[in-house]
Amino acid sequence: MSERKDLELIAELVPHGSHVLDLGCGNGALLALLRDERGCTGYGVELDDAKLLECVQRGVNTIQRNLDEGLAIFADRAFDVVLQLDTLQNLRNTEQMLLETVRVGRIGIVSFPNFAHWPNRLSVLRGRMPVTKALPYQWYDTPNIRVGTHLDFEVLARRNGLRVLDSFGLQNGRVVRRWPNLCASTAVFKFERA
Amino acid sequence: MGSVGIVTPQSLRLAAPLPLQSGARLEDCTLVYETYGSLNAERSNAVLVCHALNASHHVAGRHDGQDKSEGWWDNLVGPGKPIDTTRFFVIGVNNPGSCFGSTGPTSLNPATGRPWGADFPVVTVEDWVDAQARLLDALGIQQLAAVIGGSLGGMQALSWSIRHPDRVRHAVVVASAPNLSAQNIAFNEVARRAIVTDPDFHGGHFYAHGVVPRRGLRVARMIGHITYLSDDVMASKFGRQLRNGALAYSTQDVEFQIESYLRYQGDKFSDYFDANTYLLITRALDYFDPASEHGGDLARALAPAIAKFLVISFTTDWRFSPERSREIVKALVDNRHEVSSAEIDAPHGHDAFLMDDPRYHGLLRAYFERIAAEAPSPVVPSIRGFAV
Repeated sequence: MSERKDLELIAELVPHGSHVLDLGCGNGALLALLRDERGCTGYGVELDDAKLLECVQRGVNTIQRNLDEGLAIFADRAFDVVLQLDTLQNLRNTEQMLLETVRVGRIGIVSFPNFAHWPNRLSVLRGRMPVTKALPYQWYDTPNIRVGTHLDFEVLARRNGLRVLDSFGLQNGRVVRRWPNLCASTAVFKFERA
Repeated sequence: MGSVGIVTPQSLRLAAPLPLQSGARLEDCTLVYETYGSLNAERSNAVLVCHALNASHHVAGRHDGQDKSEGWWDNLVGPGKPIDTTRFFVIGVNNPGSCFGSTGPTSLNPATGRPWGADFPVVTVEDWVDAQARLLDALGIQQLAAVIGGSLGGMQALSWSIRHPDRVRHAVVVASAPNLSAQNIAFNEVARRAIVTDPDFHGGHFYAHGVVPRRGLRVARMIGHITYLSDDVMASKFGRQLRNGALAYSTQDVEFQIESYLRYQGDKFSDYFDANTYLLITRALDYFDPASEHGGDLARALAPAIAKFLVISFTTDWRFSPERSREIVKALVDNRHEVSSAEIDAPHGHDAFLMDDPRYHGLLRAYFERIAAEAPSPVVPSIRGFAV
């Protein structure tokens, strides 16, 4: 997910000049890209000390917080876009986080590993949990405490009154719009409060 | 990483009286300061270091005759250190009201020809910032690359960004708070009562009696020290260790190592610190509350700021807890000001801001490298300052 091409594809979903909040911003590469190429402002939120340091080295505004503690420090509709890339699957309160996302931002963009990608299905059919590029962990050491599929997210979004503005899969740095639930290792959704 | 070497304090007598928040004026005010590194031709590489309760202008290096540095932030400031003096011109200044050379209670009151003592006017964080601004004027520095401070020093950095927004490019606020909590004021009040009720205090005019309210100062310092350390670090450093291996069944003697440590710190402090200064500085801490002029709205107080901010707190600091730094961060985010913040998981409590934890210093190093790399552009206050 952190590959350059994927970042560029996600960045294209963010309107020029947006005020952006990037939850779980990692090393700040996406925020730096949005700042340098799309004139965006805003903040990242990151818990990890080493990644925070990289953000500061990049000159990206980053707030060190545990996302499981919520987004209370951000005011309603404070941001044009709230990003959660490869983060949602690590959080305890997935639903709460989605609702918070559309509280503090007009538009939410999430990406997460799609468990229904065909190699994962094959692996489970063979009786083993998948270990792939998008899901590189063993079942016993994975930080991914929420494993879902492209299709699952559509259901969850509907349940929480989110309107999906766009959705697609990402596979090898390419957008997958045909059967993304089967053909893409990463699911991407852009949504707003309905 | 090197040291700045031998440094010599300098002094500046302010050309005009210093008006104070209280309405009083300090007619005759001298500031003692030190500088490290060189000011560049554009005069754009100055970093002001603001001190906390018991520190001074002596931030780094050695005074002539000392074999090791007693600079209070020598681990941070020097050639190759996080605030690199080969790139920055670093200024340490002693605040008025203090007891390390700048005009304070031990200075002569021009009106009476005797030391000011308790009559020294009450000074605030804002007064200090304005005095520091006068020093910059005299040094020909229009704009700071950064202002940095920990604890009470962080309050000064915050105040700089509000009072002189166009003179600060970066404000680094460490282990600080937007105001003191009732609990914090309470600790200060206990310390002040210890001093004021010492029979040697003489209403603050003890100099004339040739005595020092040592007992009060000792107790004040002991209380302070308890609040600067975390429970964990105290447990690991002292635990329940006995001083002499066995109980002496005495109520007055030192039994536990922690008692010995606190008494030692209290004794040392009472040798060099002025009692009236302690009262003044704790009062400045109590009073600081930039939001109060804005109905308690810190975001409105910080609206004029133009600086970019770095806000650092320490997880085990209960005197200036991370929650208090979050209030600052929230107010900055509400204003869409540029801010990064870190909550460093260091064990040392409030004192962590003086230590050289690698995560803490690594972050400061990275931040100051960014500052050094950026082209100083003239700040235009009008547009961004009033944007919400």
